[in-house]
Amino acid sequence: MYRIRLFSVRHARAFEWIYKRVENMMVLMDPVFAKIGYNRVEKPIALLERGVKGLLFDCQMCGQCVLSSTGMSCPMNCPKQLRNGPCGGVRPGGYCEVKPQMKCVWCQAWEGADRMRENTRIHDVLPPVDRRLQGSSSWLRVSREKAAELRESRNAGKTAVAKAFSEARKIEPATAPLVPEPKNAVDREVRKT
Amino acid sequence: MNTYLPNDDLPKHEPLEPGLISGSRLERVLKAGKFAVTAELNPPDSADPDDVYEAARPLGEVADALNATDASGANCHMSSIGICSLLTRAGYGTVYQISCRDRNRIAIQGDVLGAAAMGVRNVLCLTGDGVGAGDQPGAKPVFDFDSLSLLRTIRTMRDDGVFLSGRKIKTPPRLFLGAAENPCIEPHDWRPIRLGKKIDAGADFIQTNYVFDMPVFENFMRRVRDLGFDKRVFILVGVGPLASAKAARWMRSNVPGIHIPDSVIDRMEKAKKPAEEGKRICIELIQQIRGIEGVSGIHVMAYRREHQVSEIVLESGILKGRAVSDKARL
Repeated sequence: MYRIRLFSVRHARAFEWIYKRVENMMVLMDPVFAKIGYNRVEKPIALLERGVKGLLFDCQMCGQCVLSSTGMSCPMNCPKQLRNGPCGGVRPGGYCEVKPQMKCVWCQAWEGADRMRENTRIHDVLPPVDRRLQGSSSWLRVSREKAAELRESRNAGKTAVAKAFSEARKIEPATAPLVPEPKNAVDREVRKT
Repeated sequence: MNTYLPNDDLPKHEPLEPGLISGSRLERVLKAGKFAVTAELNPPDSADPDDVYEAARPLGEVADALNATDASGANCHMSSIGICSLLTRAGYGTVYQISCRDRNRIAIQGDVLGAAAMGVRNVLCLTGDGVGAGDQPGAKPVFDFDSLSLLRTIRTMRDDGVFLSGRKIKTPPRLFLGAAENPCIEPHDWRPIRLGKKIDAGADFIQTNYVFDMPVFENFMRRVRDLGFDKRVFILVGVGPLASAKAARWMRSNVPGIHIPDSVIDRMEKAKKPAEEGKRICIELIQQIRGIEGVSGIHVMAYRREHQVSEIVLESGILKGRAVSDKARL
């Protein structure tokens, strides 16, 4: 619904807070999801996601949700589906070039971003949409990715070198590797044969 | 010897002088600190190359590069890549305009390589007007990329020598990357920030849409300078002569993204010879734009008024101290 969508942008800060909580919860659930199997939870979670986000943001289920970087205004509602800001055709008053009765999704996005705590995320350049992921759950994707990231940073505390040189781990990860090394990488004799 | 190799003088892939990315004439002029001129070419509805050369001739005298539009306003014309191929062979500098409206990432990346192989050295990455604005509103809009992801993709092809898929490109394209900006329309506060985003995505130069409203444009440039963006990108400002008050009004309400203040339309209305007045307004705007810090050149868009371009540029005095005879030649 168009009016609920505008409401969500007006309350972008509150939704940012809620979103953070949901995300943290989803990351915590990662071991559970992994146990049940991500392929099994995909369908019900995607259905839930479609219902909730469809109501609040007119979500199109692109599968790569960027609402937190777009002021809680879904860029897939832009008739050109732009992911990186308004086009050059915005009408006076901030209305859409293609649908003149609709507020420009990206003018809304900047207003929403201005209300948010992390208000500079909208400055980052986003890649084009991967159309294969259409209809899949973005929440689960975020949960998987963040959990993997977290695992890595948690493991970073496990080896002494990585712990002692934590800054190096960030800028030059090869100087304090965590991933198990293949045999021929660490054994010079094996490498020769 | 392979007899199928054409024996023409297409630019070869020779080493570039340090500091240059593409070696295009436009890049050289801008990096030498000269005030650059680009001009938009009206694409023919024809399959005859002579129609392209005829359209280019009056612009080539005064422009460092000619922009070949990619179905602008979603109207069908000869393709941008076809025009650029013909003109580079004739020795003109060209700006190959790519709109995201009509082609997906597979087509665009392939065309970029094709254009570079044909000698194109400048590219302008655009979102494109919606299909509803054009002569075939029933077409399927593509918009697989947006202008920024397109910029980043071509930069990746050029600098890292790979497609977006990661597959290697044997000889990467050498391109001077351009993006558009529309300083005079909403959201005014965020237009400068969007410009910065385009620089981050890979823009080397910017060509703006028409600027008729100097106070709004000056505000925009002040913000751009405060953010330091004028030091990171060359900004060419869009100008063009209006034909009449009626034409101006039509443009304002029918062409997406054009802002013409009432004061300009009033002036056109009162003029005895509207076409002359349109030319005078254009020259005055160019002279004012020339004086704004952070502006590197102008981009002349004179749709159906191409015959006036040379006079406008010469009378404005912006080419003083530069040879005109070798303009637009590579």
